[in-house]
Amino acid sequence: MVTATSLEERLLELAGAVPDPELPVLTLRELGVLRAVRVHTGDAVEVDLTPTYTGCPAIEAMSLDIERVLRAHGMREVTVRTVLSPAWSTDDITSEGREKLREFGIAPPRVRHGDGPVPLTLGPTRTQAPHATQATHATQATHATQALHATPVALDLRATDTATEPVRCPHCGSADTELLSRFSSSACKALRRCLACREPFDHFKEL
Amino acid sequence: MTATGPAARPATGSAPVPVTAALALGDDALVLSHRLGEWAGHAPVLEEEVALANIALDLLGQARVLLSLAGDEDELAYLREERAFLNLQLVEQPNGDFAHTIARQLYFSTYQQLLYAELAPGDGPFAPLAAKAVKEVAYHRDHAEQWTLRLGDGTETSHERMRRACDALWRFTGEMFQPVEGLTADWARLEERWLESVTDVLGRAGLPVPQGPRTGAWSAGAGRQGLHTEPFGRMLAEMQHLHRSHPGASW
Repeated sequence: MVTATSLEERLLELAGAVPDPELPVLTLRELGVLRAVRVHTGDAVEVDLTPTYTGCPAIEAMSLDIERVLRAHGMREVTVRTVLSPAWSTDDITSEGREKLREFGIAPPRVRHGDGPVPLTLGPTRTQAPHATQATHATQATHATQALHATPVALDLRATDTATEPVRCPHCGSADTELLSRFSSSACKALRRCLACREPFDHFKEL
Repeated sequence: MTATGPAARPATGSAPVPVTAALALGDDALVLSHRLGEWAGHAPVLEEEVALANIALDLLGQARVLLSLAGDEDELAYLREERAFLNLQLVEQPNGDFAHTIARQLYFSTYQQLLYAELAPGDGPFAPLAAKAVKEVAYHRDHAEQWTLRLGDGTETSHERMRRACDALWRFTGEMFQPVEGLTADWARLEERWLESVTDVLGRAGLPVPQGPRTGAWSAGAGRQGLHTEPFGRMLAEMQHLHRSHPGASW
């Protein structure tokens, strides 16, 4: 890794302070999508940006915003490169970013633990949080074992739910929430409802 | 495909991209994305309208990356003739009722998730996209699975319609496991795991595994060779007509 010059650090800070066009409470740094800034000659700079989702349309607005900010700070030539690898994960969202999402009314993504397949308990109509507030680790373990036995085929397809901790309502903090739809106002969010305060809310899905 | 901004072009070094494979995977994603987009304004409930559009958007993102590996994304999407498209016949099938769309989603997303999981490791030209998209496709598959359970294990009517849909599309599923030039995958193993997974979901939904043939003379399966079913031409006409009528237009 090449050591960043102080100019590069300064430009990274400026680009990182650009707000996300869709969730303006977050900056690009907090979202974890800014990968690198390289100054080639005195006033030509290249920025590596990674999309949250492959089809995320916000990436174009992000690129334009970065270009505008860096030009305003004396860069003549700004090139924003889209890089896919390594793939962005919701674990790249900083802890301040998660807190801001919660304050904004969006349940932040849970941090993933391990990559292995996770057994899920599936209901035919609704997917309620399997463990309400009172659930203990012991009962969670029992649930997991039961789910494993109920699904004899060892699917290697990655589960979409970490199931390690419940999604909490961003309004009242209750863990008693249910899934209404896997896709909400954007591909990165799911629509849930709190069963304690009855408020619907968006959940930034783990990816 | 928009007038501004390039698609993500993964830095794949200097390794040559197998064009046939990029087109096959890219066309699957593009064509299914367009079909799902046709639900906008017609889905049974608002949440589903949003869900299907979001899945379509994910697929469009994949298509942009894959077609950009093969050439100019807009030219490839909007100016090729029907015979030059290498997508599976499964993805071009009309939406039908909601059950047909869900059956198509179940069959295809299970296939795509297994295939991308094979392509994701390593440093092949498709690895960066596959590693990223496999996580998104997991949600598509989960969505299809939940609906299959709900419809199969629902009312008499929903069960019957879901059963008919699964039957009707079954003959298009053998084609998915024909080897694609330029892709290194264990196709026989992939098919085995696909059958295992789909059988499991159908079983839990109380639906029978369709009995019809998946390969051979009475099944479908020449999309990868550029031969398509009748509805595909009409879909392409709608998808391409704006670009062809106003070449070079932007906004």
